[in-house]
Amino acid sequence: MKKLVNLSLLIIGLSAAAFAGGRLIEQAQGTGGSDVFHLYNWGDYIDSDLIDQFEEETGYRVVYETFDSNEAMYTKVQQGGTGYDLAIPSEYMIERMIEENLVVELDHSRIDGLDHIDSDFLNLNFDPGNRYSIPYFWGTLGIAYNEDMLEGFEPESWEDLYRPELANSILMIDGAREVLGIGLQTLGYSLNSTDNSELQEATEQLRGLSPNIKALVADEIKMYMIQEEAAIAVTYSGEAADMMWENESIVYILPEEGSNLWFDNMVIPHTAQNEEAAYAFINFMLDPEVAAQNADYVGYSTPNETAMDYLPEETIEDEQFYPSETMMDNLEVYENLGLYHTGIYNDLFLEFKMIK
Amino acid sequence: MVKQRKLLSVPYYLWILLFVIFPVLLLLFQSFRGLDGSFTLVNIQTYFTSRVYLTMTLQSFIYAFLITVLTLTISYPAAYFLTRTKNKQLWLLVLILPTWMNILLKTYAFIGILSQTGMVNQLLDFMGLGAQPLLFTRISFLIVATYIEIPFMLLPVFNAIDDINDSMVYASRDLGASEWKTFSTVILPLSLSGVRSGVQAVFIPSLSLFMLTRLIAGNRVITLGTAIEQHFLVTQNWGMGSTMGIVLIIIMFAVMYLTRKRKRGVAVR
Amino acid sequence: MIKNNKWASLYLVVVFILLYTPIAYLIFYSFNEAGTMNQFSGFTLEHYAALAEDTRLMIIALDTIRVALLSALLATTIGTLGAIGIYYSRRRETQNLLLGFNNILLVSPDVIIGASFLLLFTVVGFRLGFYSVLLSHIAFSIPIVVLMVLPRLEEMNENMITAAKDLGATNWQVLKEIILPNITPGILAGYFMAFTYSIDDFAVTFFVTGNGFATLSVEIYSRARQGVSLEINALSTVLFLVAFSLVAGYYFIQKQQRTRKLAHMDPTNHEKAVTP
Repeated sequence: MKKLVNLSLLIIGLSAAAFAGGRLIEQAQGTGGSDVFHLYNWGDYIDSDLIDQFEEETGYRVVYETFDSNEAMYTKVQQGGTGYDLAIPSEYMIERMIEENLVVELDHSRIDGLDHIDSDFLNLNFDPGNRYSIPYFWGTLGIAYNEDMLEGFEPESWEDLYRPELANSILMIDGAREVLGIGLQTLGYSLNSTDNSELQEATEQLRGLSPNIKALVADEIKMYMIQEEAAIAVTYSGEAADMMWENESIVYILPEEGSNLWFDNMVIPHTAQNEEAAYAFINFMLDPEVAAQNADYVGYSTPNETAMDYLPEETIEDEQFYPSETMMDNLEVYENLGLYHTGIYNDLFLEFKMIK
Repeated sequence: MVKQRKLLSVPYYLWILLFVIFPVLLLLFQSFRGLDGSFTLVNIQTYFTSRVYLTMTLQSFIYAFLITVLTLTISYPAAYFLTRTKNKQLWLLVLILPTWMNILLKTYAFIGILSQTGMVNQLLDFMGLGAQPLLFTRISFLIVATYIEIPFMLLPVFNAIDDINDSMVYASRDLGASEWKTFSTVILPLSLSGVRSGVQAVFIPSLSLFMLTRLIAGNRVITLGTAIEQHFLVTQNWGMGSTMGIVLIIIMFAVMYLTRKRKRGVAVR
Repeated sequence: MIKNNKWASLYLVVVFILLYTPIAYLIFYSFNEAGTMNQFSGFTLEHYAALAEDTRLMIIALDTIRVALLSALLATTIGTLGAIGIYYSRRRETQNLLLGFNNILLVSPDVIIGASFLLLFTVVGFRLGFYSVLLSHIAFSIPIVVLMVLPRLEEMNENMITAAKDLGATNWQVLKEIILPNITPGILAGYFMAFTYSIDDFAVTFFVTGNGFATLSVEIYSRARQGVSLEINALSTVLFLVAFSLVAGYYFIQKQQRTRKLAHMDPTNHEKAVTP
C-alpha cells in the first residue's frame, strides 16, 4: 500500500515537472501571446518561415493544426468544440460545407489582392462569385515514373498502366474517387459519373490493373518513389514535384485521357473565434511574393498570377505543373456526389481492394 | 460492507455508463440509420449479404488468429525464462520498453528495414540470394503486427507464471516429476489465467488493426478496421461503420465466452 | 533447470535483439547526415541541434508524457477499484456482463472510439484540448487495467480475508492490508499497460484533440507527410534513453534499499533496529 502511494506521488510529481517544464519553454520563447490565430490545414502545406513572418508582421500567435483528409476536417468543424479561424479544404468539400452552412460568408471589402488571382480560378462552380472561399493552391492527379527503372518505355496514358510488363510495380494513391476515376477515364467516361452501369464497367476494367499494383498507399508514396521502391506511382502534382526535387530520374506526366483538377481554398469555419486574424491571413497569403515563396516550398501550383513573376522560369514553363489551355480542357473537377454515390464509389473501391 | 465497496467502484460504473454504454447506444442507433437518416435495416442486410464484407470478416479473423498464435509462441517461453532470471523485473521492463517508442516511428523503421534497399535485403544480397520484395507482403504484415503485440502478451503471462508458488514447483520435483512433467502439470495449468488475459489483449485489437494494413501491407490486407475507418472518415456512412462496429463487439463477446474461466469442478470432471 | 539455463538465456537474447532491432535502427539513423532513414552517408549531430531549437516539439513531448503519466494513474485507480467491484459482484452473470462492457473499448477500433468520444464531447459541450485528450486516454486505458488486475484477485486466497475479518479487521483494513498488497503486481502491470496505451495512441487523440493541443503521435503523423524528419528520431532517442535510465535507476535504487533493509535486520545492527 505504501509502495503504491509513494509511486503515485512520484508520478504526480513527474507530471507536474513536465507541466512546469513546458510552460518554462513557452515563456522563454515568448510564444504565450494572447491574440491567437487557429489555422487548420493539411500537413506540411505551408512554408513554416511564412508563419513566422505572419506572426512578426501582424502580432498574432499562430496555432497550426493539421488534418489528413477533407472528411476528418469536416467532422471536427461540424462537431464544434474547436475554434479554427481558417481552414483549407478542397472544392467538393467546400461545396458541401456551403450547403450545410458550416462556413462564413466572406466580406469582400476586407479582402485585399484578389485581383492577383488568375480569373480561371475564380467564380468556379463549387463557389460562384467566391462568396465563401479564396484560392490557395491547385493541382492535378497524374503519373510519376522513374525513367531509369522503366526500360525504353514512357507511360503517356492511363491505358499504359495496364501493360503486362508492369506487374507489381505501381504505387497507387489510396482513394476511391482517384482509382475509380482511372477506370472511368480509360473508358472515356466522366470522373463524376453516377451511372451505375458505367461504374460497374469501370470496376471490371480495373480488374486488369490489379496485378500491376504493388500497393495502395497515401503520403508515403513520395518516400517510396525517392527510394526507388517502385517504378511508377499515381500521385498528385505537388507530391511529384517533391519527388523530382529529391530524385532526378523521376518524371511527372498528365495522362492523355485526361485527369482530375482540384482546388484547395481558404474558408472561415462557422466556429471561428478570430475573424479579424482570418482576414489578415487571407490577405497575407494573397500577397504575390508570399504566394510565390509558398508555392516554391510546397510544390503545388499557385493560382496567384502575379506570383508567377517571382517563381523560377523552369517552374512556370513546366507544362506538367502549369498546363496549357488545351490540356486544362482535358481535366475534370470532382463534384460533390452526395453521400449515396460517395458510398457506391467506396463500396466498389473496397471490392477492388479485396481482389488482391 | 457491500455498500462501501460499491462506493469505491462508483467511478468505474460511471465510466462504463459514459464511455461504454452511451457510445454503444449511439453506435446501435447509428447502425439502424440509412444515409438519409431514416430508420432502416439496410446496413445489417448489406453486411450479411455482401461477399466483400463477409470475406473481409473472415480474413480479419484469420490474421488476428495468426498474430495471436505467433505472439503467444514467442512470448510464452520468453516469459517463462524471464521468471528464472536473476533481475527478472528489470529484464521484463527492458523487454517492454520498446513499446514506448512511438508506433508510427517504429513502423517507419520497419519500412526502412524491409524496403528494397533496406537492411534485410542487403543481407540477402550479401548472402547471394538477391533482393526480394518484402514490403507490402502478408508475411511482413504478420511480422510487424506480431512485433507490436508481443508486450501485450508478455506482461500478463509473465505475471501469471511469476505468481506460481515456488514450493509447488519444488514439491513436484521432489515427488520425482521430470522437468517437462512439472511444466505441463504444474506451471502450464497455473499460468493459463495469464494466457487468457494475453489472448484477449492481443486477439481482439488485432481484428481491427488499420494503420499497419496501409503502411506495411500496402492495403493488401484488409481488416474490419480498415473498412470501418473508411466508413467513418471517407464515405461518412456512419451507419455502415457502426454496423461493423456492432459486429466486432459481438465477436468480442464470443471470444470472451470461448476463453472464459471454466468452473473448477467442470474441469475436473 | 540448470542445464536449461544456456538455452533460456540464448532465447531471451534473441527475443531481446528482435525487439530492439527497430529501435537500434531509429537511433542509428538519428545520426545520419543524409537526412533520410535509408542511406547512411555520414555521422552528424545536426538533428539533435535542430531538436534543441524546436521548442514546439519539446513542449509537445512534455505534454505527451504528462498526459500518459496522469491518464495511466487515474485509469489504474479507477480500473483497480472497478476490478474489485467486479470481483465482488455476487452473481456470475453480473460479473460477465460487467466484463463484457469492460472489453467493448478494447475491441472497438480506435476510429470508432475516437468518433464516439468526439460525439460525446460535442453533446456535453466540452471544449477539445488537454482535458478532452486526458479523459479519452483514461477512458480507453481502464479496461486493460481491469484485465491485468482481475486475475490477481481471482488467485487471491479468500480465506485470508475471512480470517482477517474474524480477527476484527475493518473493510478498509482488509483492502489496505490484504487485497492491495496481493494484487500490487497486477496494478503495476496495469499502470504500465495504460501508460503504454496512452503513449502509443494515435487515432483516438487525432479525433479529440483541438485548440492547439497535440501529442507526439499526432505531430509525427502530420510531419510524416514529408517523410519522417530525423529530428523526430533524435527526439525519440533522447526520450528512450531517459526512460531507460529512469527504469534502470529506479530499479537499482530499490534494490539497494532492499539490501540496506536486510542490513538493518542483521543481528549486529540490533541497537539501530530497536531504536525508533
